[in-house]
Amino acid sequence: MKADRFEDLSGVRCPLNYAKTKMLLSNMESGQTLEIILDDGPPIRNVPGSVQQEGHVILCQEKQGDQWNVVIKKV
Amino acid sequence: MVQLTDTQLDRYSRHIILQEVGPEGQEKLMNARVLVIGAGGLGSPIALYLAAAGVGCIGIVDADVVEISNLQRQVIHFSSDMQRPKVESAAEKMRAINPDIEVNTYKIYLNASNIQEIISGYDFVLDGTDNFATKFLINDACVMAGLPFSHGGILRFDGQTMTVLPGHSSCYRCSFRQPPPPDAVPSCSQAGVLGAIAGMLGTIQAAEALKFITGAGTLLTDTLLTFDAKNMHFRRVSLKKRSDCPLCGENPTLHELEEGDRATCDLSA
Repeated sequence: MKADRFEDLSGVRCPLNYAKTKMLLSNMESGQTLEIILDDGPPIRNVPGSVQQEGHVILCQEKQGDQWNVVIKKV
Repeated sequence: MVQLTDTQLDRYSRHIILQEVGPEGQEKLMNARVLVIGAGGLGSPIALYLAAAGVGCIGIVDADVVEISNLQRQVIHFSSDMQRPKVESAAEKMRAINPDIEVNTYKIYLNASNIQEIISGYDFVLDGTDNFATKFLINDACVMAGLPFSHGGILRFDGQTMTVLPGHSSCYRCSFRQPPPPDAVPSCSQAGVLGAIAGMLGTIQAAEALKFITGAGTLLTDTLLTFDAKNMHFRRVSLKKRSDCPLCGENPTLHELEEGDRATCDLSA
């Protein structure tokens, strides 16, 4: 499945990675999907949960090596 | 389409990650025009926080120069600024905090003949003045122009503030009909003021401006917030928009701005 938008946020610390995710989502249409790459540790522990708290849906979250692939569906 | 650079995303990240602000709210702040009246005890924290928040255009009005007795509470001015116009000193600090913003300076006393022109074009006004005549002038001019504003005042250990949305909420004159006689009110310099309460009240006013622009939360409309910092007691007093208000009531009698006696704080040095 290919997401509508993709952003590699590896190496981007908290909370800037979340701010960038919000910025990307705000420029997308409802129902569109955003795939992001997050580092292991604080980024993966924080960003998906914060995204969900704003009502968006995490469609999938997979570990690939030291990083995570997260696909978000905009509410 | 919200367009923030990486630097802006980083600078404003603590706003952007707030659900109630977000990239959209930050963009509203960056497009907003806010006027701060007074670059003193209240105006200092107001101007600093609005600049830091990225409010795109900030006007600041004050006719005075910085004096040594100001420095106990007017934290935007430094010892090295003595005798400089307050608006110049304030603008320099605001631009140093945030080079992205535009600052307009007005080194004048507001009066009935110049206030309307100065406030026009701004989205929100903050009253950080030290005298009743100007507080009534700001209320009247803003209500006549339909311009939202924050009223604020401090004395000794006490502060009070309310936010006015003309046509929708109670104005200053709904509750306080006219300025008190000059000899009935001690000026700041006669009564003294605990420096930190300027920060307490000014930051509440700045928060109201940021909330108004972003639409976050509910404002201090129809509410007078007062505090007594000596006992750190806060109180909210409900106010009503009065149908018999001489300014915003059903049959207003005030149709023109009044020239008041500003000299309630003439010992301000």
